[in-house]
This record gives sequence, C-alpha cells and structure tokens, in this order.
Amino acid sequence: MSELLKVPTMAEYMAEGKQPEVLFWVGCAGSFDDRAKKITKALVKLLNKANVDFAVLGTEESCTGDPAKRAGNEFLFQMQAVTNIEVLNAYEIKKIVTACPHCFNTIKNEYPGLGGTYQVMHHTQFLKSLLDEGRLTIEGGKFKGKRITFHDPCYLGRANNVYEAPRDLIQKLEAELIEMKNCRKNGLCCGAGGAQMFKDAEEGDKEVNIERTEQALTVKPEIIAAGCPFCNTMMTDGVKAKEKESDVAVMDVAELIANAQDL
Amino acid sequence: MSYLSNILFALILIAGIGYFIRNIKKLIRNIKLGKKVDVSDNRSQRWRNMAMIALGQSKMVRRPVSGLLHVIVYLGFIIINLEVLEIVLDGFFGTHRLGLKVLPVSLYGFLIGTFEVLACLVFISVIIFWIRRNLLKLSRFWKSEMTSWPKNDGNFILYFEMVLMTLFLVMNASDVEFQALNSGNIISQYITPWFSGMDTSVLHVIERAAWWLHIIGILVFLNYLYFSKHLHILLAFPNTFYGNLKPMGQMTNVESVTKEVKMMMDPNVDPFTAPVEGAEDDVPEKFGASDVQDLSWVQLLNAYTCTECGRCTSECPANQTGKKLSPRKIMMDTRDRLEEVGKNLDANKGEFKDDGKQLLDDYISKEELWACTSCNACVEACPVSIDPLSIILEMRRYLVMEQSAAPAELNSMMTNIENNGAPWPYNQMDRLNWKNEA
Repeated sequence: MSELLKVPTMAEYMAEGKQPEVLFWVGCAGSFDDRAKKITKALVKLLNKANVDFAVLGTEESCTGDPAKRAGNEFLFQMQAVTNIEVLNAYEIKKIVTACPHCFNTIKNEYPGLGGTYQVMHHTQFLKSLLDEGRLTIEGGKFKGKRITFHDPCYLGRANNVYEAPRDLIQKLEAELIEMKNCRKNGLCCGAGGAQMFKDAEEGDKEVNIERTEQALTVKPEIIAAGCPFCNTMMTDGVKAKEKESDVAVMDVAELIANAQDL
Repeated sequence: MSYLSNILFALILIAGIGYFIRNIKKLIRNIKLGKKVDVSDNRSQRWRNMAMIALGQSKMVRRPVSGLLHVIVYLGFIIINLEVLEIVLDGFFGTHRLGLKVLPVSLYGFLIGTFEVLACLVFISVIIFWIRRNLLKLSRFWKSEMTSWPKNDGNFILYFEMVLMTLFLVMNASDVEFQALNSGNIISQYITPWFSGMDTSVLHVIERAAWWLHIIGILVFLNYLYFSKHLHILLAFPNTFYGNLKPMGQMTNVESVTKEVKMMMDPNVDPFTAPVEGAEDDVPEKFGASDVQDLSWVQLLNAYTCTECGRCTSECPANQTGKKLSPRKIMMDTRDRLEEVGKNLDANKGEFKDDGKQLLDDYISKEELWACTSCNACVEACPVSIDPLSIILEMRRYLVMEQSAAPAELNSMMTNIENNGAPWPYNQMDRLNWKNEA
C-alpha cells in the first residue's frame, strides 16, 4: 500500500469542533466482510484523492436494521434505527454517503419517519458528483475497451430509481458497457435481498445467484460490475460455481475507478 | 306488438344491474374489512397515475405483443359499449336503431363502422389470446396455481368476448334496413351473404335474436365479473389511484412498534408503572398479518383487482428458480380467503364466526413467505399497481413478532444485530479495524 488511508471519525471531528462535508456510512458488510472491506478501502482512497472532508462513525456505527426489518422483525429494526438516529442527530449529520444500497435505502426512506432526515447518496452518485464538479478525474484508461456489464442492485435500482450514476461512471472509464437481458427496471435479483443473505434458500431447482450469473455470462463480460457488497458476494460465488473466475472478475464500481488510476 | 318486449327488456335490465349492484356492495363491504390506511395524500399524482396506468395502459405495453392485443380489446370494449347505449334506449322505447333518428346517416354509419372494425379486431385479438393460453401454453398461464377455476375463468372470458362480438356483427349483418343503407356495414356486409336466400321474416328473427342475446350477454358478463379475475376492468381504476407512491424500497414503519420503542428508549419512563387506564386501546391485538382482516383495505383491493396475468410470477427470481413462491398466488389466496370470510359473514348475519382457518398456513405457507428476496420485481411487473410484497412482509411480521417462527439462521442473524449491531457475530468495537488492515 502506497500510503496510509485517512479515515477520521466523527468523534475526532467533534473534538476539533469541526463538521465534515459528508458522513461515510460504512455498513456491516463494508466493515466486516473481507471482500466488502476492499470496496470500502477503494472508496476511501477515492475520497482521499478528491480531498473530500469526510468522517465515519467507526465503533459508533451499528446495523441500520435492514435485514431485521425485511425478515419481519420491526421491533429490532426500530430499535436499531432509533439508536442510529440518536447518534447521527447528535453529530448533526446532514449528508451521508454509503456503498451499500440496503443502508442507502433504509436511511434515505425509512429513517425520516423515525426522526432522522438526511441527504443520502449511494457512493456511485457521490463519485459521479465528484467527477462532475471536477474534484475527481479518471485517468489511466486501464479499462479502456473492456467489456463490463452492470448488475443493478434491487435496492438501488427498482427500489430507488438509481440506474444511471453507476453506468455513467463505467462509461467514463471508456469501457464497453454491455447490458444483460434483465437490466435497469427489469433487473434480476442476485438472491441476497430480503434477509436471504443470512439463510439458505428455500427448496427449488436452482440458486438465484446462479441464474443471474448465467445471464451475466451470456453477454461475455470481462468484468461484472456491482454496486452492492451483497450482490458482489452473490455474483462472485456464481462466477466461481460456473468456474469462470479466471476469465471474469466481479468488481464494485468504486474499485474500478480506484484501479483505473492505480490507487 | 304491444309493450310486452319493452317491459321484458326493462325487467331484464333491472335484474341484471340490480344483482350486479348487490355484489358490488358485498365487494365494498369485504374490502372494508381491511385496516384503515391513509391514502389522502398527493391527489394530483394519484389522478395522473390512474390516467396513465389504468386508462393509458402504460405498463401493459411493456410486453409489446400482449400489450398491443390488450389495448385493442380494451379500446374495443370501451368504444363498442357506446353501441350498448343505443341498444338500451331502443329496448326501453321499443325503437329500432334510435341513432339513425337523431344522427345523420353518414355519422351513424361512421360510428357503427368503427364499432364493426373494432369488433373484428377484438375478435382476432381474443383468438390470439386463446391460442397463447391454450396452444402455445405460455408458461405463466400454466403455473401450479392456474388449474381448475382460474384456468377455466381465463378461457370463459375469451369465449364470452368471441360470442358478444359475433352477435354484434350478426345483428348488423341480418338487419336488412341497415344493410340497405350501405353505410357503416364495413365488416357485416361480408357476413350478409351467409344469409342470402333467407326470407326477410327469418332474417328479422335472426336480427332480433342477436339483439336480445347481445344485451343479455352483456348483462350476464357484467354479473360474471364479480366471480372472475375479470373484475380488473373496474378495479384497475381505484387500484392504480390508491397505488403506492413512495419509493418501492420503502417499507412501512409500524406505528404501534414506534410507540413501544420510543418508550423503551426513554430514560424517563418507569417500566413498572401501571398503564394509564384506557391507553391500551391503541395497542393492536397483534403485529403483522395472519388473516385478511389484518391487511389494509388497499391490500384487499389489490387482491380483487388481480387479473392473474402472472407477469409478477414470471419476473419473480424465487419462482424462476423453482421455489414455491408465486406472487400471483399470494394475491389469489388473499382474494379466495377474503371471499370465504365474506361468505361466513353472509351466513352468520354479518358476524364473523371462527372457522378455524386463516390466510397463513391454510392458504399461504411459510415456505412461500421465506422464499421472497424483497426485490420488488413483482411490484414493478404488475400492470395495475398491485403490491404482493407488502402482504409477504406483513405475514413475515406476524411470523416473527407474534410467533417467533423465523428460520433458525434468521434468528441468529437477529440475535447478532441485537447483541453486536451487525448481522454477523463480530464485535462492534472492531468496526473500524479495516482501516489498519493491509
């Protein structure tokens, strides 16, 4: 690693009497899952590079409650939500960026009713705005001409109508963006949502992630781009199951941009 | 002829419409068994949605073949029904083709000609629908929930429409005076030769028979709606009006839970104080839904609106990979159970008598509920804004909060969240460790 990551916490900002431009909500996967941690670091590198004044909650962050809510445990969800909102409001957070569409959806849509209203952005939207403002540039051209297909995360796409930001970023890499049979509004789930990530699937004749991976492989991509740590896991597992891991990489959009400039 | 036919007509019309109204009242009563929900917001957006989605068929045409055919049948249905106005007035007043008396021949001919062309197009479209259903056997029409009544229902509707369109064209073809005008008989002039050589009086009988059967057929069809998936031609309008306007990913926050959570989090509340007298009234009997009465009235309206097209099920990732879940079945089960509850009310003077059954387990199994990935593909696919996912979530809430009946793996996920603020067994104090890992 070339240089150490700068990851200030809200507590540190508070101690200095400062307020960051944006809070980076890391999420459970981004904090603990080995694969997702790489996405977290890629995003931090980009934020550092663009000199974004950001902070994380660190040990004060806790699960948004998304999987509990979707499993039907509204009590646990609201306990988590109210606790998180107390922390966020105490720090007077206005703007949040997250690399997890589940955290994004929950904080953006379900927290306001419980007293927590913030401007919430998915990291692809935030990176897009950094590029648009000229704070971040994509150099290198490492992915020029590469066939990349984007898998729409349900909680980013259908759930919140964000389809273009990740695609704009991929196109900025001068890559060849190819669409799967099911994309955008008709995107096919990776199989992890609604708390399925944490349990075995019900009996059937196939796993959902295999179905989706097969769809992706039909368009012969070199890279399957994802925008969600859970989709990433599901698609990575799918590619492994199809024994294609030497030909096809599964990468988060943030990783693509960070890698393009060798960060 | 005396006024006998006028009176007979009036009686048939009154009986047909009367029975229909009776069933609609029952329908409204059943829907009102659902819980109250506030949908008074964003009126203008709601009107727009109704105009675009129900009237404008905007979501139907996402599948171009069935979408286009549906638009033809739908337009035909609406426009040809203008002809019914004439039939009804003729029936009441004992007149024949009243339109000719009030409209110029050319305009009347234009109208009837349009109806004839539409009737022909509807007939062809309905035949294609039938072929798709029965010969091409499109998989969404042959899923496990599409046996017996649902399967027959789909075909009966097509037969009905074929017969009604035929009767309309035969009525025009056998009308000697109308054919003599040679205006508006665009299609029927090709049917007229079938009757060549027949006596005028026989033709008159054929014309009258087609006329009577057409109007009686329409009344029978009107009354068939309540028992059929075809109810969507009426309910698509309120259903798209009351459809969800929030982002699809936003699930409702249960208000009663909010109250309890706020109380638990409030350090000023003494947990041992006796509850205030009367304050208990606000606490619902149960969390989530195990039966239709626990759902909202919009969800029940959804169930009656479903026309079992199966677009939801064909988009469902769980169904595509062979799991038991079918969002269409969720809607069909909800309607069937609601009808059962309604009949129970009818049989017991409006008082529901426990029948030992409920929506959960007796209709919808836990296996179906736990197969959902909450991806919203079914919601997106529905051409009339039905939300099967919201019912699945309500039933999961019942399973988890009332019965603690979540799958074991989900229980450990939830225990982890409760204890360490993450769905996995990692310590919250380690949340920032990634920062220093190579």
